[in-house]
Amino acid sequence: MPTALYRILLSLALLLPLTAHAGEAADFVAASPAKQAKLLESWAAQPDPARQALLDALQQGRVGVGAGKTAFLKVDGSWQAAEGQVVADGTPKTLRLNNRLRGLLANAQAAQQLLSAEPAQRLAAAQELQKKAKPSQLSLLNAQVAAEQDKAVRAALALALANLQLVDPDPAVRLSAVRLLGESGDPLARTRLEGLLAEGVESDAAVRTAAETSLAQVKRRLLVGELLGQAFSGLSLGSILLLAALGLAITFGLLGVINMAHGEMLMLGAYTTYMVQIAFQNFAPGYLALYPLAALPVAFFVTAAIGMALERTVIRHLYGRPLETLLATWGISLILIQAVRVIFGAQNVEVANPGWLSGGVQVLPNLVLPYSRMVIIGFALFVVALTWLLLNKTRLGLNVRAVTQNRNMAACCGVPTGRVDMLAFGLGSGIAGLGGVALSQIGNVGPDLGQSYIIDSFLVVVLGGVGQLAGSVLAAFGLGIANKLLEPQIGAVLGKILILALIILFIQKRPQGLFALKGRVID
Amino acid sequence: MTQALNQTLLARATAKLGPKASLAVLGLVLIALLAMPLLHLLPADNALHVSAYGLTLVGKILCYAIVALALDLVWGYAGMLSLGHGLFFALGGYAMGMYLMRQSAGDGLPAFMSFLAWSELPWYWYGTSNFLWAMCLVVLAPGLLALVFGFFAFRSRIKGVYFSIMTQALTFAGMLLFFRNETGFGGNNGFTNFRTILGFDITAPGTRAFLFFCTVLLLVGSLALGFALARSKFGRVLTALRDAENRLMFCGYDPRGYKLFIWVLSAVLCGLAGALYVPQVGIINPSEMSPTNSIEAAIWVALGGRGTLIGPLLGAGLVNGMKSWFTVAFPEYWLFALGALFIVITLFLPKGVIGLLRKEKDQ
Repeated sequence: MPTALYRILLSLALLLPLTAHAGEAADFVAASPAKQAKLLESWAAQPDPARQALLDALQQGRVGVGAGKTAFLKVDGSWQAAEGQVVADGTPKTLRLNNRLRGLLANAQAAQQLLSAEPAQRLAAAQELQKKAKPSQLSLLNAQVAAEQDKAVRAALALALANLQLVDPDPAVRLSAVRLLGESGDPLARTRLEGLLAEGVESDAAVRTAAETSLAQVKRRLLVGELLGQAFSGLSLGSILLLAALGLAITFGLLGVINMAHGEMLMLGAYTTYMVQIAFQNFAPGYLALYPLAALPVAFFVTAAIGMALERTVIRHLYGRPLETLLATWGISLILIQAVRVIFGAQNVEVANPGWLSGGVQVLPNLVLPYSRMVIIGFALFVVALTWLLLNKTRLGLNVRAVTQNRNMAACCGVPTGRVDMLAFGLGSGIAGLGGVALSQIGNVGPDLGQSYIIDSFLVVVLGGVGQLAGSVLAAFGLGIANKLLEPQIGAVLGKILILALIILFIQKRPQGLFALKGRVID
Repeated sequence: MTQALNQTLLARATAKLGPKASLAVLGLVLIALLAMPLLHLLPADNALHVSAYGLTLVGKILCYAIVALALDLVWGYAGMLSLGHGLFFALGGYAMGMYLMRQSAGDGLPAFMSFLAWSELPWYWYGTSNFLWAMCLVVLAPGLLALVFGFFAFRSRIKGVYFSIMTQALTFAGMLLFFRNETGFGGNNGFTNFRTILGFDITAPGTRAFLFFCTVLLLVGSLALGFALARSKFGRVLTALRDAENRLMFCGYDPRGYKLFIWVLSAVLCGLAGALYVPQVGIINPSEMSPTNSIEAAIWVALGGRGTLIGPLLGAGLVNGMKSWFTVAFPEYWLFALGALFIVITLFLPKGVIGLLRKEKDQ
């Protein structure tokens, strides 16, 4: 009997390391969902690098349950035992997680990443935990804040910790947490503090007062971020308006005609970008990232050629009749829109940002500046500089300015006005084509693309005055920023109407726009 | 092609017959228009019966013709191309629509307001259940807007393309405003589902015929007003204003009052046309204010012939007739045709169809 008992005990003792060896993966697959949630929570509170493979597999849905509740991981398409040397008999069944478990899993992953050697990963994990941390992770966060070397990560962790401490039973802890939240400029801190200040949540008067001060601080910081964000989107809109209106201002100054088909030049520029993208996809996929650069000259020459053709065939015959030119160019724009609709379809076409234009820089917690928009602002300024050089430092520019000031006198001095008209029209259309390339990177490309910008770019010309680059630049950025600053206050539509009213009032004071050409010409 | 051929044939015919014949043609057209509502009242199986569709279509075109005439007064005579007349047309239409919505809603709120969970009417809906006040609004809404806009525009001597662009921006702003649900005019859906007007069923043949009759009457009235204006000294000053504003000023005239008067008059005419358009067509929505519509009105005038009174009516009829035909026969190509029309008219027919007829006559 004793030997038999001994044997049983021995075999049990032998089994013990085996069950221990079966370990976390087996425990997890064998557990009920409620138990699984508990396991994930405990893992989130005590991250362990050894667990990384299992968590990754769970997140990617690569964990399987074999016969006898053994755990398998799918590696490179084949099932392997998670622990020990169990051989799969039959195909293991893939383990599925419900949404609650998924949330807990993400939390555990974040906790896991806090141990990473990369500060960037730790920062991302800390930011994740600011939103999702559970009270059970309090001691983990405490330990990490104490141990963390990187300043940014420590601040993010402290914020995550403060979020947790807001519900601490000790008022002193809550007070310090509230003060800490006041240091942050994160929209999340505002929500937390507002939650705390809601009726009947916080009983301690000192904490309440501190929370109010902190909330005011956070709001001020958020306001700075918002204002900067609005100013930036205003600059961005302004740069687009500038690209759209620059060519219009040149042709209007030179010929005295408003080109209603100018918006369609933007549209054609954007469609040219689309075509160039397709060409790169088919013939040079290796250089696909560079297609916007290649699209610039192509779009410029395509739209410039179309513009010159229009000048030669239609607009030339309407000189001296500006209102008729307006109608004729409107007809041209209708035909161009419908032609694009017939060729490419009425749906928007897909123009994808290359890698170097997507993403952005996070300047403040609530302010991200997209690369594409920053590049476009720079590009618009570059185009303005180029146009300025062209108009002021070249023979063509000299001729254009001469014809703008006095057509007859210029003709008498031997300026070939017809040729100048054509080239200037081409230049104006080409600039719009460049604008189209820029637009294709931040908005939808469809047949109606030009229509949405044309009225605004007319207003830029009206406001800025003709034949003056400085006027156009100032008017475009002014309109862009005014639009974006008014938008959140009174809504986009009322903002637009208010701006229109302001322009009408402004023209009362300065009928020729911001910068008028001085002259004594009267009919 | 056949269109052009027909026009030349028509031109030859009238050229031979002289001005008396044109008057006779005009009279015949008028009689035909006056007969249409009566023919609509005939039983449906009668050979001469005019269908509701036909009557509505012609009524719609007549409303457009009034707009064209109003636009011609400011463009053809005073030289100011407005690209925002659709706004005045739509404002008149909306004023009428407010009354019709109140009629169909009875004592309750219009359907779209209950949909937005509004509990009471906004202040500007006050009194719109009264037909007379609604008619005042039809005149006042476009008139006052034109007065304010015109006052500032003419004071700072905005003219030419600047003026065109500002009016276009104005109607664009109006469209954006009316697209909003919060503005209280039904958002993008606008007003529709009208039932009664002054207690009469709005789809009844009698009501349709009466509305059509009113439209013809308004058209004839505006035409007579146009003739009177064109022959008066006022009309001559306007023409002088168009041709050489500065010289007119040197002669001691102040052009602002003249411009403002014709501008407001034109806006009010558009508003009235809109008010007759809405009950006949049965819907008004913000797309009537889109800049596209207003600029299309300019091509009606240009096709018919600027600076004449019959021309715009002819142009409105021709373009809208073509549109109705094209959008049924070749919907894809209508915009091509319209675009080509814009180019061809401005390049080759600066004086429009009427100019073509006159030229034939002079030869």
